[in-house]
Amino acid sequence: MTNPYVIQPATIVEKIREAEHIHTYRLQLVDEEVRRTFRFKAGQFNMVYVFGVGEVAISIVSDPDEPEFLNHTIRAVGRITKAIAALQSGDVLGIRGPFGQGWPLDEARGRNVVIVTGGLGCAPVVGAIEYIFKRREQYGSIKILHGVKTPHDLLYRERFDQWRRAPDTEVLLASGQPDKTWSYHIGVVTELFEEVAIDPMKSIVLMCGPEIMMRLGVPILMRRGIPETAIYLSLERHMECGIGLCGHCQMGPYFLCKDGPVMRYDRVAQWLGQTGV
Amino acid sequence: MTSGMRGALPRGDLQRLLDALSAKGYRIVGPTVRDGAVVWETVRSVSDLPVGWRDHQEPGRYRLEQTGSQEVFGVVHGPQSLKQFVFAPREPLVQIERSKDGFSARPTLPQPEKVAVIGARACDLAGLATQDQIFLNGAYRDPYYAARREGLFLVAVNCTRALNTCFCASMETGPRAKHGFDLALTELEDQLLIEAGSEAGCDLLSNLCLSRGSEQLSAEVATRVDACAQSQVRRLDHSRLPQALYDAHEHPRWDEVASRCLACTNCTMVCPTCFCHTVEETPDLSYQHTTHARLWDSCFTQEHGYIHGKNIRPTIKDRYRMWLTHKLASWIDQFGASGCVGCGRCITWCPVGIDLTEELPALLSPGIQPSIVRQRVDGM
Repeated sequence: MTNPYVIQPATIVEKIREAEHIHTYRLQLVDEEVRRTFRFKAGQFNMVYVFGVGEVAISIVSDPDEPEFLNHTIRAVGRITKAIAALQSGDVLGIRGPFGQGWPLDEARGRNVVIVTGGLGCAPVVGAIEYIFKRREQYGSIKILHGVKTPHDLLYRERFDQWRRAPDTEVLLASGQPDKTWSYHIGVVTELFEEVAIDPMKSIVLMCGPEIMMRLGVPILMRRGIPETAIYLSLERHMECGIGLCGHCQMGPYFLCKDGPVMRYDRVAQWLGQTGV
Repeated sequence: MTSGMRGALPRGDLQRLLDALSAKGYRIVGPTVRDGAVVWETVRSVSDLPVGWRDHQEPGRYRLEQTGSQEVFGVVHGPQSLKQFVFAPREPLVQIERSKDGFSARPTLPQPEKVAVIGARACDLAGLATQDQIFLNGAYRDPYYAARREGLFLVAVNCTRALNTCFCASMETGPRAKHGFDLALTELEDQLLIEAGSEAGCDLLSNLCLSRGSEQLSAEVATRVDACAQSQVRRLDHSRLPQALYDAHEHPRWDEVASRCLACTNCTMVCPTCFCHTVEETPDLSYQHTTHARLWDSCFTQEHGYIHGKNIRPTIKDRYRMWLTHKLASWIDQFGASGCVGCGRCITWCPVGIDLTEELPALLSPGIQPSIVRQRVDGM
């Protein structure tokens, strides 16, 4: 019987600064056998552990085709993420995972993919974008709409530039509090919907970001004719176990760690935005 | 044949059952009186059991009374269900040692132990079945729970007396233990009818070489248990759940109940099915060694709904609504049955006597009479 609570040591092989208080940690599992058999899907997460401090749920941002390395982009906001921020390349973290349901990349095959993200919400989708680009001919057009508060919050700048240059791909950025260097849209990400042509019956939407962005964004997309069954959200709640047992991540009847974090909109529409859910 | 086997044991011979369990290598745990309540403790002899005691339970009230009778199982239940035997209040999960090149983690599965629990009620067995489904039959099987569950031998006691707070009949979980036990006892005036519910139970029962109880005795048991069901004064109509409670999300009654609820977490601690837990990390002073353990948690705490920088359920109203909606409604979607087994513990052990069998109908009623609200608040 496998024990889902066993923590696997993983070495930080690289620590990359993305923005203030945000780093990407490139991890390699120490145990060779575990490393060889570890597989994940874009949109899944790991429980990342710091010795003597505890665990936190963090999405995997790296390419599922390269499972020997696990990238996690982490903002230092809480007790555990601050302890992670104090670690350097060569230090050892712990990993349990992968957990949860990833993005519907099989279902998206043959369709146009619209990706709508806000702030650090771009991280859980990066792996999906990389996956799609590796199989570019299997997917239709790609539209990446991303919003940040200030230009300093823009992560993965080179990747956005790289994606923008790819064929049949649009990248649109928005900032609500821009500086003089900002040459893209000024405002919130949902305003970018006006600037792109979306074929509602041929598209699938992947969304991740602050819940308010998703709650306001989905009705606009639905008014454009996109069915609610073609909209997927990556949702966030407190998670301690990752396996649907600790009870914290409930949203209505769902355990977001096990049934999510990626949920089809029509399944959560009733709960999203309800007070205290 | 694992069920249907039965025997009649004179009450004065109950020690023979305890001895037979000991002979099989079981540590026997039974109800014992401590600090004015009944709690589970290791028992060796019948005199350790609460002979002659009865419990009286009402909203926010628990009292024991010594009747002077020879009744062994007169106390229906205390604050503890069977939960603690399988889902431990604190379970170390992993021990982690620092090493030159990082650390190594070792799971700390509990040592297998044969424990026979005598005195489990039908509602407790239903609670255990609910927890089995969560910890053993989901996408992930919990090895710690499984290890503890493995060694458990359950001696149920059918209820012939209902408490003021009981509503198992309406939840269809009792008062008779129907499955999930090894042996089930029913206590009558001078004898106990024992039925086997498993191979292990049959085995033990045959060792006792009892006279097969008469049909008349079985009929008497059925009559007593039925009368117990009939006598229950509380009931919970769950026929419109889960949807009716989902639809009641904005009902004004939530504000009213929140004005009484202390968010003390008692209801979740005594509930036989509540499974929320948190984890704690306890490094030693040298910081070379640390234990990663889980502990019972409650959706009534500040931290339960915490997510970086915000609390999803900042108010007591949010938390009571989370608890009741989960227990009675979303549990059905998650696990196919209600999260409530009708034991009534949350009513008894609530310091202010909040009663879910009153709250649910109020929440499902279209409106609320302001005069009733005032009366209830004033009456506190």
